[in-house]
Amino acid sequence: MIRVTLPVLITSVVGFLLVIAFFFRGFDRVNSDLSEYFNIIAAVAFILGGGNLLRMHLDKVQRRRPGWPYSIVTVIAFLFTLIAGLFKVGNSQGWTGPVEAQGSWFNFAYDAMFNPLQATMFSLLAFFVASASYRAFRARNVEATLLLVAALIILLGRTFVGGVLTSWLPQPLQFLSIPNLSNWIMSTVNLAGARAIIIGIGLGVISTSLKIILGIERSYLGGRES
Amino acid sequence: MSPAGGSLFDRIGRVDRRWIYVAIALAVIIPLMAKLTFPVITTPIVQNIFDKLDSLPEGSRVILTADFGPSTVPENMPMIQAVLRHALHKKLKVYLLTLWATGIPQLDLLEKNVLAADFPDRVAGTDWVNLGYKAGNQGVINSAFSDFPGAFPVDSKGHDVRTLPIMAGIKRLADFNLIVGIGSGFPGVKEWIQFGGDPAHVPVAAGVTAVEAPLLYPYYPRQLLGLMGGLQGAAEYEAALVKRYPEYQSRSEEAIKRMGPQTVAHLVIIAFIVLGNIAFFAGGEFKGRKRA
Amino acid sequence: MTLGPWLEMWVGALLTLMILSFLYRDNPFYRFAEHLFVGVSAAYWMVEAFWTTLIPNLFGKLYPPMVAFVLPALAKNPPQISRIIPLLFGVLLLLRLVPRFAHWSRMAMALAIGFSAGTNLVRYLESDFTSQIGQSIRPLVVTQPGFSLGGTFSALVVVLGTLSGLVYFFFSREHKGAFGRVSRFGIYVLMVSFGAAFGYTVMARISLLTGRMEILGRWITHGFQFPG
Repeated sequence: MIRVTLPVLITSVVGFLLVIAFFFRGFDRVNSDLSEYFNIIAAVAFILGGGNLLRMHLDKVQRRRPGWPYSIVTVIAFLFTLIAGLFKVGNSQGWTGPVEAQGSWFNFAYDAMFNPLQATMFSLLAFFVASASYRAFRARNVEATLLLVAALIILLGRTFVGGVLTSWLPQPLQFLSIPNLSNWIMSTVNLAGARAIIIGIGLGVISTSLKIILGIERSYLGGRES
Repeated sequence: MSPAGGSLFDRIGRVDRRWIYVAIALAVIIPLMAKLTFPVITTPIVQNIFDKLDSLPEGSRVILTADFGPSTVPENMPMIQAVLRHALHKKLKVYLLTLWATGIPQLDLLEKNVLAADFPDRVAGTDWVNLGYKAGNQGVINSAFSDFPGAFPVDSKGHDVRTLPIMAGIKRLADFNLIVGIGSGFPGVKEWIQFGGDPAHVPVAAGVTAVEAPLLYPYYPRQLLGLMGGLQGAAEYEAALVKRYPEYQSRSEEAIKRMGPQTVAHLVIIAFIVLGNIAFFAGGEFKGRKRA
Repeated sequence: MTLGPWLEMWVGALLTLMILSFLYRDNPFYRFAEHLFVGVSAAYWMVEAFWTTLIPNLFGKLYPPMVAFVLPALAKNPPQISRIIPLLFGVLLLLRLVPRFAHWSRMAMALAIGFSAGTNLVRYLESDFTSQIGQSIRPLVVTQPGFSLGGTFSALVVVLGTLSGLVYFFFSREHKGAFGRVSRFGIYVLMVSFGAAFGYTVMARISLLTGRMEILGRWITHGFQFPG
C-alpha cells in the first residue's frame, strides 16, 4: 500500500486536479496551493541532494576508495559554505540581512570560489569545440556537408565579416548576402527543424504525462514495483 | 589506415590538440588586448523587443528575470543590463526576479551597476523591486500565474510585498504588461512562455545564450515577440539602445566590445574546419576509404 | 582595492588557472579545484533554497512568529495551517537518507511527479503542439502588406520542412518509397538545423572564454597592486 498504491494515488489525484484547474477558474486556489507545495518540495530536494553528497563522500573517505583525499576537499568545502550560509557568518546585517550580503563568508565562498570555478569550467568548452571542429567535423556525406555549410554560413553571418564578404552583391541579389542568408536559415529551415523536434518532444511529454496520471507509467517509483 | 608519419596532409590532420587550444586562446586574447571592435546592425528579431519596450506607456509593469548563473554572464549580463537601462529610462515599473539560485548575485550586480550607478533617484519598492529567488522552477511561474504575491511574499530585503507601493493591484501574472526572460537553460524562457506568457496572455520577450536560441525560433513571433540570441543578440540590443539614446554609449557597450574577439575566433574556427577537411580529403584517410 | 576583494580576485584567479590546467592534461590541481567546486555548489544551492523558499514560503506562512528574527515583516501575518502538508511531504522526502524508511519518500516524489505530469500535459499541449501547428500554417500565402513571393516561399519551406521532419521521426512505418523520400528530405532539414545549432554553440562557447580572459586580464593588471 505504502510502496505502490498510495504514491500512484497521490500522483493521479494531483495530476487530475491540475488538469481540471486548467479548464475551470474556480480551481485557481488548488492550482496555486499545489504549485506552492511543489516549490517547497523542490527546495527540500536541494537539502536531500546536499545530504546525499555528504554521505557519499564521507563513505568514500571512510572506506579509502580511489580518490578519497579529494573527497576530503569536497566535504570541507561543503561544510564551510553550509555553515557560513546557514548561520550567516560575518554578515554585517545580522540575521535579517540577505545571506549573500557583501563581506559575509558565504559571499566570499560565492565570489572567490563558486563564480570563477563554474565560469571557467564552461569556458573550457570553447577549446573543446575548436578541437572538435578541426579533428571531427568532416564533409563525409550529403548530410554532413549540409550541416557543415549551414554552420559556416551562420558562423560568418553572425559577425561583421559576413556582411563585408558579400557587400559587392548588387541590390536585387542582396538576399544572397551572408547575413541575410544566415537570418533566412535561422527563421526558415532551422525553424522548421526545431519545430519538428518541439512537436515531437511535446507529443512524447503529453503521452508520458497521461500515462503517469492514469497510473500506467510507474517507473518514477523505482525498484521492482515499476 | 595511413602509414605512420604519412603525407603532409595526414600530419596536419593529426596535429596535437593542445596547439589548437593555443590558437583559440590567442584568437581571443589578442583582439581583447587590441580592443578590436566592429559595427553592429540590429536585426528585426531583436528590434522587436526594443520597439515593444520603447512603446510601453510610463508606469507599465515589466517582469525582468535573471535565470542564469556565472557560467553565462558574458552573454546574458550585457542583455539584461541594456534592457534594464531601457526600461528605467522609459520609467516602467520593473520587477526583478530569478528562478535560479545563482541568479541572486546577478540581480545584486544589476542593483549595483545599473540601478545605483545610473538611476540613483529611482526608489526601491516604488519604481522597482527585487523579488529574489524561489525554488520550484516552473512551479514558481505556475503559482505566480494565479497568486503572484503568494509566490513572492517578501522581496530580497525581507519586506512584505503587500506593503510595497509597486505591488499595489498585482494579484496574478496577467496583471503585468510584459515578461522579459533572460536565461540560459532550464528553467528559463521556454517555461516562461509555457507557464506564463501563453496561459496569462502576457507578451514574452527573451534573451538567451546562443546555445538555446535556435530552439526558441519556433515560438517567434506569436508566443515570443523577440529574441536576443547570444552575444550578438546582446550587442544588437545595445546598438539599438545607444542609437536611440546616445547618453548610454559609455555604459552599454560591453557586448559590442566583445564582438571583436568573437569575430576573430569565428574566423579561426572556420579556418580549422576548412583545414581539417582539406587534410581529410587530400590525406590518406579519405583515399584509403575510397579504395575500400 | 581593499583586502577582501583583492583576496577574492587572487583566489578566483588561481582557481581559474587550476581549471585551465586541464587543457594540458589531467592533474591534481584540476582535481582539487573540481572537487572544491562540487562541495561549494551543493552547499550554495542548499543554503539559498533554505533562506529564500523554506523560510518565507513554508515556515513564514505556517507559523510567522517562528521567523520573526529573520523576517520581522511577516511576523504579524496569520498562520496558514495548510502548510502542514508540504512540511509533512518535505520530511517524507528527507527520509530517503535513512535506508530503513526510504520508501516513504515516494509520497513526496509522487506529489512532485503528479504536479509535473498534470501541468506539463496541458502546457505542452497548448504551447508545443496546437500553437506550433497554428504558427506553421498561418500564413501560408503571405499577403500582408502585399503579396510576397519570398515570404510565401519561406512559409512553404517551413510547412514542408516541419512535416518532413515529423515524418522522419515516425518510426512505426518503414522509411521506403514516397514515405522514405519525404523522410530523407526531413533529415536534410534537420541537418541544416543542427548546423545552425553548431554555429550558435561555437558562438556561445567563445563568448564564455572571452569573459574569462577579461577577468584574468584584470587580475594581471590589478592583482599585483597590494591593497593599501
